[in-house]
Order: sequence, then C-alpha cells, then structure tokens
Amino acid sequence: MSKIGNLGARLHRGEVGYDFVGNRKIWYGLSILITITAIVGLAVRGLNMGIEFQGGAVFTTPKTSVSVSQAQEYAEEASGHDAIVQKLGDGKLRIQVAGIETKEADRVSAELAKDLKVDENDVTGELVGPSWGEQIANKAWQGLGIFLVLVVIYLAIAFEWRMALAAFVALIHDITITVGIYALVGFEVTPGTVIGLLTILGYSLYDTVVVFDSLKEQTKDITKQTRWTYSDVANRSINSTLVRSINTTVVALLPVAGLLFIGGGFLGAGMLNDISLSLFVGLAAGAYSSIFIATPLVADLKEREPQMKALRKRVLAKRAQAAAKGEPLDAGHVEEPLDDEPDDAAPAVVGPRNQPASRSRGRGRPSGKRR
Amino acid sequence: MAAPKKGRSASAQSRPGRSLALILIAIVALTGGMFLSGHTTPRLGIDLAGGTSITLRAEAEPGQESAINKTNMDTAVEIMERRVNGLGVSEAEVQTQGDKNIIVNIPKGTNSKEARDQVGTTAKLYFRPVIATEVTGAAATTSPSPSPSGSATDKATDKATSSSSPSATGTPSATSTTQGRAAADALKADPTPSTSASSSASPSASASPSGSADTSKLEAQYAALDCTDKTARAKAGDGSKPSESTIACGQNAQGQWQKYILGPAEVDGTDVDEAEAVFDTQTAAGWTVTMKFTGEGRKKFADITGQLAQNQSPQNQFAIVLDNDVVSDPYVSQALTGGNAEISGNFDQESAQSLANMLSYGALPLTFSEDSVTTVTAALGGEQLKAGLIAGAIGLALVVIYLVVYYRGLSLIAVASLLVSAALTYVIMSLLGPAIGFALNLPAVCGAIVAIGITADSFIVYFERVRDEIREGRTLRPAVERAWPRARRTILVSDFVSFLAAAVLFVVTVGKVQGFAFTLGLTTVLDVVVVFLFTKPLLTILARRKFFASGHAWSGLDPKRLGAKPPLRRTRRPAGPVDPKEA
Repeated sequence: MSKIGNLGARLHRGEVGYDFVGNRKIWYGLSILITITAIVGLAVRGLNMGIEFQGGAVFTTPKTSVSVSQAQEYAEEASGHDAIVQKLGDGKLRIQVAGIETKEADRVSAELAKDLKVDENDVTGELVGPSWGEQIANKAWQGLGIFLVLVVIYLAIAFEWRMALAAFVALIHDITITVGIYALVGFEVTPGTVIGLLTILGYSLYDTVVVFDSLKEQTKDITKQTRWTYSDVANRSINSTLVRSINTTVVALLPVAGLLFIGGGFLGAGMLNDISLSLFVGLAAGAYSSIFIATPLVADLKEREPQMKALRKRVLAKRAQAAAKGEPLDAGHVEEPLDDEPDDAAPAVVGPRNQPASRSRGRGRPSGKRR
Repeated sequence: MAAPKKGRSASAQSRPGRSLALILIAIVALTGGMFLSGHTTPRLGIDLAGGTSITLRAEAEPGQESAINKTNMDTAVEIMERRVNGLGVSEAEVQTQGDKNIIVNIPKGTNSKEARDQVGTTAKLYFRPVIATEVTGAAATTSPSPSPSGSATDKATDKATSSSSPSATGTPSATSTTQGRAAADALKADPTPSTSASSSASPSASASPSGSADTSKLEAQYAALDCTDKTARAKAGDGSKPSESTIACGQNAQGQWQKYILGPAEVDGTDVDEAEAVFDTQTAAGWTVTMKFTGEGRKKFADITGQLAQNQSPQNQFAIVLDNDVVSDPYVSQALTGGNAEISGNFDQESAQSLANMLSYGALPLTFSEDSVTTVTAALGGEQLKAGLIAGAIGLALVVIYLVVYYRGLSLIAVASLLVSAALTYVIMSLLGPAIGFALNLPAVCGAIVAIGITADSFIVYFERVRDEIREGRTLRPAVERAWPRARRTILVSDFVSFLAAAVLFVVTVGKVQGFAFTLGLTTVLDVVVVFLFTKPLLTILARRKFFASGHAWSGLDPKRLGAKPPLRRTRRPAGPVDPKEA
C-alpha cells in the first residue's frame, strides 16, 4: 500500500505523472486500431443473435429422465446453437434453439429424440417468433437516441460542447469495442447482452463525467495565468484523478472479473459468460477511454480555440524567455487561480514554489483542492 | 490535532448524527416492512426462478380464417406484452409459436389467473344503442317465485330515479364523473311494465328495430336467449359484426342477467384514448373505469348520446359491450360532449385496473383461447446460478480486500456504506416485488454488481478529496468538511447522467429494457442517498475519533504516509476564508 500511497502523494504533488495528452497520438492510434478490428470483426463475423431476437424453434419432448443441463448439451450439439431448456410442469422438456429453419428443425428433432431416447414422433418441433420483438427493439433504440441527445445537451450546458463531443466519442468507442469483441468471440446476443451494453453506456458516461468534472475545475481560470497551456492542465488533471480512476476501475471490475473468470472459467457457470464478458470489456474500455481518449480529445479541441492558442503562445514565449535567461520562473507574478472557488484558490495565490517550473511542468501544484 | 474525542454536539454546518439516525431508521423501517409483508426475497425473473407458461391459440372466426396472419399475430404479441408488462418490470415474455399460437411466460409469484385474464381477453369494446332489454331467466335465479323479480325491479327503478337527478341537472359538459355516474347507474333494470312483470314476454320494444331486414331473426334469437345459461351466454352475439344489430347478455347491479337487443356500434375501443381505474368515493360506486375519448371518439360519442337522449326508455340507453358482454348500460338524458365516459359495473380494484389496462392498450386483433397452462423451470440451471453467485461473492471479497489494503481504516466506512447500500437495494427490491410486480432477472443482478462500482466510486471520490486535503497539511476534521462540497458536486453531476439514462429509458422503452432502467435508477438514487446520509456523516463522526484524527498508521489517513506537506507550508497560507463553498 505504501508504494501506491506514495504514488498517490507524488501524483498529487505532480512529482510523477504520465503525459497522457502529449502521448495522445499513440493512444488514439491504439484505439483506432482496436476499433477497426472490432468493426472488421463485426462486419466479417456479424453478431450471433439469440432466439429472443430472431426466433427459432421450440421442441417439446415427452417426459424424460434426462436432466436439464444434459438436454441442453444434446440440443446444442444437435443444432450448433445455444439452447434454452426448461422443464415443464408435467416432466416434459421445452427446448428452444435459436436460428434454425423448418428443414433443419426436423433433423434436430430427430437427433434430439435419439439422444433423449424417446420416440421421434413424440418430439414436436415448432417455429417460435422472437420474444424481443421489433417493437421492443425500436423502443429501445428510440430511448437510446433520446437519451444521447439529452446527455449531449446536458454535458454541453454543465460543461461545454467540446466535452460533450469528447464524451460522446468515448462512448461510441466503448460500445464499438464491446460489440466488436462480442462478434469476434461469437457469443450469442441475448437481452442480457443488450442490458449489459446499456450498463456500459451508463458507466462510460459516468466515468467520463467524473474525469471531466476535475478537468473543468482545474481549467476554470486558465487564461489568467501564463505558466501552463490547456494541455498541460488537462494532463495534470488526469494525473490527479488517476488514483481515483484506478481504484474505481478495480472496484468495478473485480466482481465482474470474478463472474467471468472464476464463475465462467472454473465453476462452469457458462450462462454468465455473455453478460460478464460484455461488462468486463465495456467497463475496462470505459475507464480507459475517459483518460486516454476523452480528455486528450477535449485538450485537442480546446487548443484550437483562439484564446487557448494565444495562451499557448504566451506560455511558450515565457518558457523560452525563462530558458534564455537560464533562471527559474519567478513565481512572484505567476498566479495559479486554477481552482474554481476563489476562497479555495486563495492559498494558491501565494504560489511561489522554490523549484524551477521548467524542470517539470506538472510540478508546483497550487493547492490541494483538485481532483 | 486536538480533536475532541466525543464531539457529539452537532455543529452548525452538519448534523451527522441526525442523518445517520435517519438512514438507520429508514433501513429498520423498510426491513420491518419487508418482514411484515412476508416478502423477504426479491421476486425472481423467469430466467432465475421459472414460472408459468400459457399457450394461447388464435381462434379463427367463421369466414375470416385469413385474419390469422403474421401481422395480426405480431400485433397481438405487442398488445399482450404491454398488458402483462404494464409497468415494464415484471419480466414476462410473450412470443409467437408456430402460426397460430402465442406463448406467454410469467415469472413465479405473479398472480397467474389475473395474467391469464389479461392476455387472453380480446377487449373489443363497443358502445351500442339499446333497442330492447329485459331481465331473463328469473326462474333460474335464486328465488323461483316471480315476486322477487318484481321487487328487484322496483328497487332498480328507485335507484334509477334517485341517481338520474344529477344527470338531469348537470350541464352537458359536466365532469366525467357526474355524467358517467348518473348514466351508468341508471336503469340497471328496465322499469317498463312489459319487461319487468314477465320473464319471457315478447319485448314491448319490438316495434322499434323495424326496418332492418334481420329484425325478425334477431327478435327470435332474442326471445330464445336465456342469459342465465352459460353456454347460451357465451354464444350470444357470436360472429356479429359491429355494423349490425346484435343480441347480448349482461348482469345488472342486482346480479340478475339481462338480455339485450343492441343496435350497430356507434363508438368503439379505438376511439378510447386512455382509460383509468378510479375509486369513486363520492357516490360509493366503488371501482369504476373512466375513459377519455380521442377527438373523433368524442364527437361520435356526443352525437350518439344526443340522439339517444331524445328516445323513450329503454331506447335512451346505450350499452358498453366488451367482448360481447354488456358491462354497463347507462341511460342518457342529454348529449354528453365532455369527451369522457365511465364504466361502472361490479368491479373490484383488480378487475377495474385490468379493464383500464386493456382499454388503454387496445383490443387484440384476434380472439384467443387458452390452449395449455403449465409450469416451467428456470432457464438457467440452479447449479450454474450457484456458481455465479459464488463467483460474485469471491469478486466482492476481493473488492473488500483491495479496499482494506488501500484505504485501511477508511475501508471500514467504505465497506459499511456498501453494506448499507446493499441492504437498502435488497429490501426495496423485495418490497417492490408485490408492490409493482418487480422481478429480478439475471441482467438486473449483473447490473446491481456493476452498481457496486458506481457506489464505491462515490466513496473513492470523496476519500481521495479528503486525502488531498490532508496532503495539503490540513488536519482531518477541516479536511473532511472542505473535501465534501467538491466531492458532492462530482457525485451529483455524474449520478445525474446515470439517472437521466434511467429516466429516459424507463419512460420510452418497454419490456426488459424498462426493467433495467428501473434497476439503474434505483441504484443511482440509493447511491446518492447512502453517500449523503451515511458515508459523509459517518466520516464526520469518525474524524473526531482519535484513531482517525491522529492519523494512526492504520487509519488510512496518516499524513506521513499520504506524503502531506510539512506544516511549514501552512505558515505561508494567507488567512483567507476557509469555509468551503457549497458547490
């Protein structure tokens, strides 16, 4: 703990830090690569829709001694698709298999009869329609659309449009990656998957908003100083929330990882795989994109603003000047009113640090009120 | 660091003890309520607990076999889905099977009889003018002598006169209640001598439907109709078209069966915009269903009531016919232009609500009969579920270990907060099972697991703020207070996004997505509640304890470990205002 604790302290003081914004091109590249892989996977393999979406066949067998899980194995073997097996009140089995047509249904039915050791004529097969009909799907899309519009508006008001845009990009990024991995792994898409995706959507935005909240706080009075560019401050903001981001991600991922690796891997709880995989990938992507994609993207967009361009010019000029003089920046006139409330920023006004700022730009944090 | 060990006196800015007491009382009350109600576990969805499976078969009406097609079946599925999933959280599944069947799966613990009524009822609603009516089968009712029939009629007449007054005095645009009440209650039995005295006499009103080609045939059917006979009742008016006159049965307020000749439908169910079950306290009519018409329906309704009002009884009555049964036969004394109508009958709360539900979501395009009803087991094996739960528990244990290692003493607060949050979620979900039919399915369980992350994040955001303050050289108590406003803002801003998602999805979507939105909204609200009423006050109180305030190595708030700035730095601080601004 002490190491991590120290790391927290050093991150807090800006002694250590990773240049997220500076190295953004690498991460953009990585994300684009993963996203392209995901899209290609999606295009090539497509999504394997479950019976709830595309319908399939339902077989009703006579009373049998075969257990539900065994019957499920048989059915999956016979059809090559995921099967849902339920025991009916009178001991009969209802076996639902996705994505098979009438012709195939006869074959599967025969095979099932053989496996279950019952008369083939007693196994009835019928096609079933989707329980997650078009109407439900359409409503879900509609809801999603309305939500996204509202959230972009909300973020644009609570923060600014650049952050709203960046959060949106991060969101699309997370969803694409998750869906792509789904296509690549070939798990069947169930309503559970969709719910998982919606959960991720919520989490991704949540995480991004937490990071942006810190960014907004730290960049509030950025134009009143000339020591740091927007990118510098954005970078510092990420670093100062890094401990929180890591902790939250660990706490959110551990239970899901438990479901995925222990439950699915060792204990054989196969049905949890699809949901926990989408959650695991999505949560990881959500945490990653808030830091590596969303914030640098905001910095990129911000740096295009004339004000920020001017600031950058001033900052660079100042740095060049300081470098030329070979003396540390005197902090006497450098104010760091980067915190948002004046009362809290008050200590920061005192600002002078005895370390030369040129040594490390993340250094010399004003006051502690940041995250 | 001279923190008072027992600073119990509530400070001006925060009363931690009060919040803690509040949330603890809430937990105790809710838990008590849970045990009192006897629903100590959340109702599980069909994937986790199994349930009942109903197979419905579409019945072709003679000459309309082509009506059973994919479009109509899909529409029927949609309507059934909405009816049975009214609030969207009960996790029922509806799907077609084969060409003619629809399977409805409802989770264990649902009132399956009610659900069967809801999905299977066609709910074709018509407003038809009454041409003739009489009480039938008086002999078949409890008392065979004619005198009870006569007395019942008297009663009905009294009732009719007494309740007719509000309608007579009311203005045409009076509220729906007044209109509907008067209309609906009036003339449950026909007071005209011809029908009241004898049970089988030919209706005196027979002259009126003249002009129609089928009149005599209809009259013959009418004369033969005995509504006390169940099969006769079921057959009455079968296959009649809305545009033709028909015969039908209905039960009056005295529980007697009455038969009717009804004119062509003037207004039908599609003219109803929305319907609602209302408990009428004013006239003690009990549960009624009020309907609001669409613009067109309102006009039609005003027209027909205007015409009827000029007729003599019983032809000033109209019948509200639901699936060929007369549910109510109010009379009209004037045109009703308010755009509202009310059905009163022998409703209890459930039947009124399910009728309102059916009217709101529309009639099924087809008639269905119940093919089979059977129980089904959970789609997910019990062993798998157990394995999943064990895995989840291991994951949670890892979370606790991580928190203890990282936050040490603070993890106590985090874990306690998570426990409070978990307890509240569990209790509320248990209570919502019987209250609104909430059923927990596997995706919801997974959603709740992710919610652990979001809930824990709120503590982490706050703890990190506090530690930052300590790193600045503050002592614990001011650090706790100063860190709060900013942590609070972050928590509110980010939880608002989650809540927005939940609210929009809940309002717009149907079915499982709506169920998910509900879970998300619930956990988000609970997160805020727990952080505000539990985590923060608890930290405030614990900050007064020596263990934390002195920065014990295991408190997780040891300034040295946190790398706090030496106190020297504080001497350079200006004496600025220190009160944390409320964000």
